Amino acid sequence: MIELPALGWQSIVIFVVFALSLLIATYCTYAERVIAAFLQDRVGPDRAGPYGLAQPLADAVKMFTKEEFFPGGANKALFIFGPCLAMITALMSSAVIPFGNSMSFGNNAFFLQGIEVNIGMLWVFGVVSLGVYGVMIGGWASNNKFSLLGAVRAASQNISYELAMGMALIAVLMISGTLSLRDITLQQSVAGEWHFWNIVKQPLGFIIFLVCAFAETNRTPFDLPECETELVGGYHTEYSSMKLGLYLFAEYVNIFVVSAVMSVLYFGGFNFPFQYELRDWLVSNQGWELASAQNLITLLGTVGLFLKIFAFIFFFMWIRWTLPRFRYDQLMRLGWTILIPLAVLNILITGGLILFGVIN
Amino acid sequence: MQLTNRAKKLEKKPMTLAERAYLPAIFQGLSITMRHFFMKKATVRYPEEVRPFAPIFRGLHVLKRDEQGRERCTACGLCAVACPAEAITMVAGERKKGEEGLYREEKYAISYEVNMLRCIFCGLCEEACPKAAVYLQADKIAPPRYERDEFIYGKDRLVEPVSPDERSVRGIQLTPEQADALRNKLAQQV
Repeated sequence: MIELPALGWQSIVIFVVFALSLLIATYCTYAERVIAAFLQDRVGPDRAGPYGLAQPLADAVKMFTKEEFFPGGANKALFIFGPCLAMITALMSSAVIPFGNSMSFGNNAFFLQGIEVNIGMLWVFGVVSLGVYGVMIGGWASNNKFSLLGAVRAASQNISYELAMGMALIAVLMISGTLSLRDITLQQSVAGEWHFWNIVKQPLGFIIFLVCAFAETNRTPFDLPECETELVGGYHTEYSSMKLGLYLFAEYVNIFVVSAVMSVLYFGGFNFPFQYELRDWLVSNQGWELASAQNLITLLGTVGLFLKIFAFIFFFMWIRWTLPRFRYDQLMRLGWTILIPLAVLNILITGGLILFGVIN
Repeated sequence: MQLTNRAKKLEKKPMTLAERAYLPAIFQGLSITMRHFFMKKATVRYPEEVRPFAPIFRGLHVLKRDEQGRERCTACGLCAVACPAEAITMVAGERKKGEEGLYREEKYAISYEVNMLRCIFCGLCEEACPKAAVYLQADKIAPPRYERDEFIYGKDRLVEPVSPDERSVRGIQLTPEQADALRNKLAQQV
């Protein structure tokens, strides 16, 4: 048995998660185009490689070899800093997400998670809300009216929807009583009991969270910050080459992270139905050791979590190619006069249900 | 004023709760797009898949030969006169002794050029030709090129090849019987 110090194990997990989120974001660009095509009765990119699977590579080569353009009067340092910040924050937020339960080698047990902290949810929210600075700085540094408009829209949209999102989250925290994403996941499935995922306890909260997630990731129908038809691309109008690539990429990484967070908070994370029954059956009927059976369950759970994440990513794209964009005043009205009151109502209902012992 | 009786009187009703909640309409939209996800795709993957041409499609020109493999064109210039786009130019020449196997009549076209960028593929040259020499093929189109002068097709690219096999490669439709008859005739001449 190899004995890894916990820190080494954590850095391996972080590295794998980092590589995975980049890979998934890369293939999200491909998936987006194929799904868009299929929803519009087309076939999408199928020239590069079998089924067009090398298309992301071709896009990357294109992005890297394009001219690097700096608009006149732009603040060069901030102009470069904008997309970097957007990408860094997008990648940082996946560190606390529990991608699997614990794996045990000999006497050592390791979590399939970058960092297990008791402020996991706060970390995700803090880092994700930093992401809007990348958009803001990039839009402002471009010295372009359209970019600035896009950036201002991004900022106000994020602030408006983060409120409702946070309040939808508070209802979850009232049930779980912890901010640790791992604990929230573990609470959604307890051995030997009939336990429901949080979506059953928080249907309204989930819908609010989902709508806000669309707004937070600047996806249609809330993609007003980039808004090609009105703002010629919004905050990334002036960007070219890989700096544009980083912005577009950060969007997909954000979608991945938000999908992961939603899976963890509402859809049981790495839990899957009948996992304990499967483990016990392996131990009692197949003669497996408890530890190796547990390891197998952990791996299956990780696969399950990724399936949930992919389902959410598909949903994001499905929505994008179905719904038209909101008007800006409609967006603000939805955020402030509908979602926030609904989120408050949800908190009250949840509190009442906890008080009367309907849910715990 | 009413032009048709199809006009509908619109009443502005206040939206119901379901309409104001957006969600039912969103699910309706999602189901529509999901239905399209599984529909047959309209795409024709061009180089591998070719959309069939109509039998009366007017494509690339061809200068036909007669049954003995001689060029039919006598450079009368009627096609050039008929051409509304002035795409056809030609230089006429006199057939010399010993060239009887090449050209059907005493006068023939030394050069015959069609500018495919000017041509509108109307088929008036085909109608004007008294010798049934020029035709627009139903299954060939002028392929894309990088240079403009490559679109000026001379006799080298317009005249039908002598060998029937090559003819069918170039898309001139011959039934197997026709091809065999032509091959036999050509063989007898040699």
